[in-house]
Amino acid sequence: MPYRHTLDHRNWLFADLREVLAKASPARSGDQLAGLAAESAVERMAARMCLAELPLARFLEEALIPYEDDEVTRLIIDGHDPAAFAPVAHLTVGDFRDWLLSDHADEAALAALRPGITPEMAAAVSKLMRNQDLVLVAKKCRVVTRFRNTIGLPGRLSVRLQPNHPTDDARGIAAAIVDGLLYGAGDAVIGINPASDSLPALTRLVHMLDEIIDRLALPTQSCVLTHVTNTVQMIERGAPVDLVFQSVAGTQAANAAFGISLATLREAREAALSLKRGSLGDNLMYFETGQGSALSANAHHGVDQQTCEARAYAVAREFKPLLTNTVVGFIGPEYLYDGKQILRAGLEDHFCGKLLGLPLGCDVCYTNHAEADQDDMDSLLTLLGVAGISFIMGVPGADDIMLNYQSTAFHDGLYLRQALGLRRAPEFEAWLQRMQLVDEAGHALPLNPAHPALGTLRRLALPA
Amino acid sequence: MKKRTPPPADAGPFAAGTAAPGAIDADPWTDLRRYTAARLALGRAGASLPTAEVLRFGLAHAKARDAVHLALDAEALQAALAADGCATLRAHSAAADRASYLARPDLGRKLAADSAAALRAQADPAGCDLLLVVADGLSSLAVERNARALVAEIRRGLPAGWTLGPVVVATQARVALADEIGQALGARLVAMLIGERPGLSSPDSLGLYLTWAPRPGRSDAQRNCISNIRPEGLGHAEAARRLWWLCEEARRLGLTGVALKDNSEGALPGAGPPLALPAAAPAPDTGTQDKQ
Repeated sequence: MPYRHTLDHRNWLFADLREVLAKASPARSGDQLAGLAAESAVERMAARMCLAELPLARFLEEALIPYEDDEVTRLIIDGHDPAAFAPVAHLTVGDFRDWLLSDHADEAALAALRPGITPEMAAAVSKLMRNQDLVLVAKKCRVVTRFRNTIGLPGRLSVRLQPNHPTDDARGIAAAIVDGLLYGAGDAVIGINPASDSLPALTRLVHMLDEIIDRLALPTQSCVLTHVTNTVQMIERGAPVDLVFQSVAGTQAANAAFGISLATLREAREAALSLKRGSLGDNLMYFETGQGSALSANAHHGVDQQTCEARAYAVAREFKPLLTNTVVGFIGPEYLYDGKQILRAGLEDHFCGKLLGLPLGCDVCYTNHAEADQDDMDSLLTLLGVAGISFIMGVPGADDIMLNYQSTAFHDGLYLRQALGLRRAPEFEAWLQRMQLVDEAGHALPLNPAHPALGTLRRLALPA
Repeated sequence: MKKRTPPPADAGPFAAGTAAPGAIDADPWTDLRRYTAARLALGRAGASLPTAEVLRFGLAHAKARDAVHLALDAEALQAALAADGCATLRAHSAAADRASYLARPDLGRKLAADSAAALRAQADPAGCDLLLVVADGLSSLAVERNARALVAEIRRGLPAGWTLGPVVVATQARVALADEIGQALGARLVAMLIGERPGLSSPDSLGLYLTWAPRPGRSDAQRNCISNIRPEGLGHAEAARRLWWLCEEARRLGLTGVALKDNSEGALPGAGPPLALPAAAPAPDTGTQDKQ
């Protein structure tokens, strides 16, 4: 169905809802690559004004990707809860923005709303929101998850310890884990991106992490970020798997390009649940997403990349993850060209994820072929900290020597804690205090060579 | 166990230790750097990175930025491969220059029209079992430093019953360009050896993507990948060994991708059992019951 908006006597025409959304999006290279972006700044504003006047309920009537063709659409439509939607059912997209910013939308109201909001509604309203709106509304959303500790409590920030090594060298990985723990990182997960795709090598890493967590009595969880089918095979062979990882996208075809379907994820979750390894809760999926993944698989169906990304969150929330993060700058400049586009995308993703009820973290990152640098990352990191991001990455010196990109350093986590007064997951912080690595306020303590924690960690991972 | 030396202190006059006394908390675990090139034990100025590291990192980023834009000397590479006894062909993607290559990955995934016609004209009607494509990707430095040696190892390991096609040198190329090249030259399998996105510590890392029955439209889930091929990462001989293992499996199963699980005993160089965890790691499972 076509949509129109008249502006200064000019009639702007948009062929369908997909086109309204795409042209209302803030400019970014991926939508331009797909041929979906507004062709002028005024056309972009016409699309936004058109979008602002559309009823939210319109998104329940016009599927962006046909119900018959796409299991993600079916998941979204079949899972929609009209009762939860009722408080905002009468609103336009523009009114919805005002409502989200108002005092009516408090923590409880936003939590109750989740099953009534579709990803397309979240994406739509985000396109009318300024960066500060994305920060403020996300900050009001509370999403708490548990496995061996508690992620997402107010005033808390968790860090994934990411000790990657280009050849999966056990001592190289262990050394990075020691470094990260001494910097107080690792409460979100200790998660390795393996270089190898080989099951024996992956299984060794799973056992290594299990041993470290077990011997240190660390209140955290492990993950080896390999394809979900590898993880299922490891579980079947008795490996001590904590979290099941998978990259997910917002269309069935893009997920097929990842080699997965909703059924694959369901089976994997059930396999991991059967191990009963979570002591505090059973959130045990770990998903990663990122704008541009559907387009890069040529599986976007003419839908803009930010809306595709929000649809990926519908996939993620179906499986009650412990962690979901947008790897925002990893994909490269053809999707997010520079620091400005990466920053905007990171805030959009965090807002949409939190509104939909996900424990959203962000890999604040960029590649060396993008027009971005550390200053851009500092800006996004700080804004996300203010917005209440659930977790960030911790990589030694921000330089991932396996994946060849720049993420956030252990130091960046400390910076954000100091600047904003953010503490770690309480169980993990208590462990750090017992190890005398942080003080009562959670501040990292200087370590002298005789510090007992140094010896303990060193012996564990790296015997003489 | 392969050991790494600590990353070089590029910061020159700002080497650690020259800061104002007491401003920096040093990390008393710098010895751990021997196990990894990761930026460990950097110390802290308050919560933040010391000046020396900020500068060292900035220089590494500057080098990586420059590496992205360095053009591959394809003629020199062809000459080197010819000197090793390899027949070679040239291919060029539809991306005319580096700027359009970076902005338009779709162009990097298809051949320029004249290049496609030229390849088809040079195709051997018998095709080949495995075709090697060497491509610049995002780091021509990776190709210049690794491609010749890797091709030599792959040819050295050629098993009986396999035929290799000419080595195709492709420029402004993305991984999927090998699909169209492989189809044009009648390859049963194509291996794309391509410069990976340059990292701060590894601007010269080569990736290898193996695809069964190449043709345009293959997805990444239909490929197997061997990454970080360079002397400091996965060595050339080991990469060639794993490639041939994957090729044999691909032929047996009639596919590549997620259904081809790499059970090639994943002991990458240096990836021994965790030393601190005696008897914890299970025996490597080399079973094949899960193969489809």
